[in-house]
Amino acid sequence: MIFLLDILTATLRNATPLVFGVVGETYTERAGILNLGIEGTMYAGAFFGFAATAVTGSLELGILAAIVVGVASGAVMGLFSVTLGTSQHVAGIGLTLGLIGISEFINRLYFGSSEGLRRIESYQLLEPFGPDNIFNQYALTYIAFLVVAPLGWWVLRSTSFGLGIRAVGENPEAADAAGLSVSLYRYAALMIGSALAAVGGAFITLATLGTFTLGIIAGRGWVVIALVIFGRWRIWRGVFGALVFAGVFSLQLRLRILPGWDAVPFELLLALPYLVVIAALAISGRNVEYPGAYLKPYRRD
Amino acid sequence: MTAAGDSPATPVVELRSISKRFGDVLANEGVNLSLWGGEVHGVLGENGAGKTTLMRILYGLSIPDGGEIYVDGDLAHFASPKDAIGAGIGMVTQHFALVRPMTVTENIILGRTGGAILDLDRAKDLVEEAADRYGLHVEPDRRLSDLSVGEQQRVEILKALYRECRVLILDEPTAVLTPQEIRALFATLDRLRASGMAIVFISHKLPEVMELTDRVTVLRHGKVVHTVETDEVDAAGLASWMVGRPAAPPEPRTHSEPGATALEVSDLSAVGGLDLPALSDVNFEVAAGEILGVAGVSGNGQTELAEVLSGMRKPTAGSIIADGTQIAGKGPKQVIAAGVGRIPEDRHEALVGDMSVANNLILEHLDEAGKRLILDRDRIRANALDLIERFSIKAGPDDLVKTLSGGNIQKVLLARVLVREPRVIVVSQPTRGLDIGATAYVRNELLAMRRQGAAIVLMSEDLDELLELSDRLIVLYDGRIAGRVDAAEADRDQLGLLMAGHTEVA
Repeated sequence: MIFLLDILTATLRNATPLVFGVVGETYTERAGILNLGIEGTMYAGAFFGFAATAVTGSLELGILAAIVVGVASGAVMGLFSVTLGTSQHVAGIGLTLGLIGISEFINRLYFGSSEGLRRIESYQLLEPFGPDNIFNQYALTYIAFLVVAPLGWWVLRSTSFGLGIRAVGENPEAADAAGLSVSLYRYAALMIGSALAAVGGAFITLATLGTFTLGIIAGRGWVVIALVIFGRWRIWRGVFGALVFAGVFSLQLRLRILPGWDAVPFELLLALPYLVVIAALAISGRNVEYPGAYLKPYRRD
Repeated sequence: MTAAGDSPATPVVELRSISKRFGDVLANEGVNLSLWGGEVHGVLGENGAGKTTLMRILYGLSIPDGGEIYVDGDLAHFASPKDAIGAGIGMVTQHFALVRPMTVTENIILGRTGGAILDLDRAKDLVEEAADRYGLHVEPDRRLSDLSVGEQQRVEILKALYRECRVLILDEPTAVLTPQEIRALFATLDRLRASGMAIVFISHKLPEVMELTDRVTVLRHGKVVHTVETDEVDAAGLASWMVGRPAAPPEPRTHSEPGATALEVSDLSAVGGLDLPALSDVNFEVAAGEILGVAGVSGNGQTELAEVLSGMRKPTAGSIIADGTQIAGKGPKQVIAAGVGRIPEDRHEALVGDMSVANNLILEHLDEAGKRLILDRDRIRANALDLIERFSIKAGPDDLVKTLSGGNIQKVLLARVLVREPRVIVVSQPTRGLDIGATAYVRNELLAMRRQGAAIVLMSEDLDELLELSDRLIVLYDGRIAGRVDAAEADRDQLGLLMAGHTEVA
């Protein structure tokens, strides 16, 4: 019972950065842009959030720094994929490599020392119903599941802004003919999506770890990309995918320390959640209907 | 809005000496056009005459190099469709500007939602009201991808009305409609005209322009040839202005006695994209020296039928006997060897644009173009020069196919196929997008092949073309043959009903 409770609690915690990422990436992809910069954006969000908090001592300023870095990286992606119309693959991968490089460079300049990792006073768990239950989570986890996901879903479905996002991603010609600015909506989607992804990254440094280490994002950005496709660009399906991934991830962490499991190479267990994502994509990812203008820059000839 | 009959003092919109250049091509040069409330103004011209460019300028999608636009007598600048919409201009383009996964209502209110939060109920009421007033019936909650082409067009018109347009531009609106749908569209346009709207009707179909419009402007090579009251001209006059010379009368179709059966299709079934059934139990025969027309609204199995007949798609059941050979399930190479020639609907897909005319001309018979693996360049060139001469292709053997005009590309395709003297010819949309001259050339070539005894299956969305060329017609609906008609006795209304899915009329 404790074992199960433990895993469920860990699942919600480990799903949190993915939920931020999935909601954000769903916005950019519904607007027609595959943002492969998300891995780097999460990385930069984790680092700059940590750095701002380390310097100022304020966690709120850490979150703010992550948002600023996210919006800026969304704008850079927009410059390449919207304004200049370059290949989204190249722009996104370039952005990821660049952001990881910048983060590690600044980290080495200011926080790299031989005395070990610099720690910050991180977020504390909320315990609304006393100790030892599934609700013992960070505030950001509550925000992810109770604010970001439902609000993200509602805005996309029921507001003029959401309708515009969907229209520029499905048929930019139609949106243009209807008097909407395609580039404005695409920039907006990129900035919102990247800001959310950056906060997802900052969650790891500011809440769960309380420090920054190299390789901290460990492919979570790529997992988000896969989850958005698995979710067929529906926010709730994507969130469900995040829970499945985080569930398997948490399970393998616990299995590793269970007696009798030390015979299984831990690398194999570590690979398990990624294998689950691949399997889920292979099964549900066939014949999916991509947004109509996916990967296509828009030019009014 | 002004009521019909009143004569307003200024046109709703006036274009003055509009010019637009794309590279070396002058798409519009000094074009003047005035649109008055309560008139349907036809804009007539061949492909490439500059009709669409002019309308894109009027809708803010293109910025003119010179000239002015006046709205209600005041100078206006349209930097984007938003400005044009603000000035009361609405446009229904040939390729609909609609978002397929969205509902009718969502499409209509897109860009003019009237608030941060979507009020779909109010929008639905407006849609229903407009539907009642103008006879534009569509269900507001259906997804666009589930609608027929005619319904999608109604959504486009509703979209413009929802934006309170006073000028409605329709770019070739009848090209994709059945005769019944065309009649419904004309009835709607009549009501809109009566309510004081200015309507621009772009077309190259003369009878429709004669029937519907109050005035006509004819464009040729980007310039206005004439603007006249429709009552003061006849179709022949308009046609000669369009092409710049008296139109050649169509070659009279000689009666030819059909010979033995050259193509026999029995119980043919096939699946299309997403493995959905596309053809079910199709049966027909075509005799040598006969043209069988295949009519139908696009998407009812014509594409799949052409693909199956030419070996590009495997049937799931049935037999196809071409000139005595069973070709069902065979690949394109064996089908060509059996004497079947294919002129596919997408001519850009059948030729390699980045390769020369000469190389494209031998593409289906590479084994004859040299010794073993090595191509014989001289032979390829001689073959190309010969065909360029015989089919009067305006290009050299080394020109890349993608640099040719649509008419010349089609001639390259025709030459490649017809020079083999196929016993059976499968041809789809042979004149789509071609100008009058090229259209006449292609049709005459097909008639010549018929005289020489080829069995021809002709698929076309152009009912006039089918009636002009075919001996017999079959109508496809939902992958089945909905009816068979003798071309000589064909009645357009009856064909329209069959195309819309009504089974054989009693």
